[in-house]
Amino acid sequence: MTTPATPKANQANEPHETPWSLWEVFVRSSRGLSHVHAGSLHAPDAAMALRNARDLYTRRNEGVSIWVVPADAISSSDPDSKGSFFESPQGKDYRHATYYTKSEGVKHL
Amino acid sequence: MTTPANEQKTNNPDFAIEGHGDISVGVKGAGASGDGSASATRITPGNALRPEDIALEVRKGQVKPTNDVAEYALRIGDDGLILAQRLGHWISRAPELEEDVALGNIALDQLGHARSFLTYAGAAWDKSEDDLAYFRREHEFRSAHLFEQPNGDFAVTIARQFIVSYYQFELYKRLTGSSDKTIAAIAAKALKEVDYHRDHSAQWVLRLAGGTEESRRRIVQAFKLVWPYVEELFEDDELTARLAESGAGVQPSSLRADFDQLTGEILSEAGLDAASGGELNLERIPQSLGGGRQGKHSEHLGYLLAEMQVLAREHPGASW
Repeated sequence: MTTPATPKANQANEPHETPWSLWEVFVRSSRGLSHVHAGSLHAPDAAMALRNARDLYTRRNEGVSIWVVPADAISSSDPDSKGSFFESPQGKDYRHATYYTKSEGVKHL
Repeated sequence: MTTPANEQKTNNPDFAIEGHGDISVGVKGAGASGDGSASATRITPGNALRPEDIALEVRKGQVKPTNDVAEYALRIGDDGLILAQRLGHWISRAPELEEDVALGNIALDQLGHARSFLTYAGAAWDKSEDDLAYFRREHEFRSAHLFEQPNGDFAVTIARQFIVSYYQFELYKRLTGSSDKTIAAIAAKALKEVDYHRDHSAQWVLRLAGGTEESRRRIVQAFKLVWPYVEELFEDDELTARLAESGAGVQPSSLRADFDQLTGEILSEAGLDAASGGELNLERIPQSLGGGRQGKHSEHLGYLLAEMQVLAREHPGASW
């Protein structure tokens, strides 16, 4: 707990000067088919991220499988371009199966 | 709030008496279809042996330990109780919030084991877990010295955790085959949790040893501080001999070979032990006198108990 005489020279060796990186956590519940985003956490590496995820997000029996992904590995869509990204499908009812009339004589549809 | 299983239990007048017994359950029936939009953190309590279940069996007269088994359960329960109190001190003080939660989880696991063992032990003397935890004096505690050792820095806590979890794993693994059904059931529940405690401490031993010069210096120093308390964990006495004979317990010395092998593997992977060129020569670290199982404790336990027991003693019978 002693203060280093030359703090500047020592900085490179101090691990706690580097914050742990951010990880996104995905949990699959016992009956769920896919992993669902549960939240994020800090961890020094992937192995510890998995363990921290187990402690933080499966405390109440929520999951049977966990994925952790470095947060900076995720590319996300731009919230400002919602319109061009997500509104285009609106009104395009021909993209839905119900738009089409069932052909006569086709069974099991 | 209620599921069919819970309704059944709360209908039983015996059940609701114990504090903390009622577990609230999340969305009823949700997720049965496995829909992808369901919460990733849905709550289901699951089924496991709880201290309340043991207390209920005790009240109904379904289980009662022999005096030897009760003494034995007291030792194991005290180990967990004292360690839980120590670990709880890390809440809000760990290096990172995530580690705070990890140590808190381990503390609560240990407290859970302690509650089960103490509830069962108390059945022999008509005492509750709280009577045993809060109203015994220092010389009546049967925990080994390792568990009451101060937290020190994070490395000391990890070194203590490393020894404890490898010891407890070997102990509980064997106790799952105990001729005493309740001891066997508590051990089976605890074993899975302690298995994770092993992993947690081993991961940290490897990282501290292989991290920076400073982290390595600290974990080496930490092992030198806590290793003197290892021998006591594996000491046999008349009680353990009788229990081993009856099949209800084990001789602590019989756990030592597996403990040495498994801890040795991690210490060697971390490059800490002398055989792999490390700074730790464990065989040359002198061992403490021990005596915890006979109620002879180090100077640390009294302070710990004072803090742990003050509320219950100031306000006897208080509940929350």
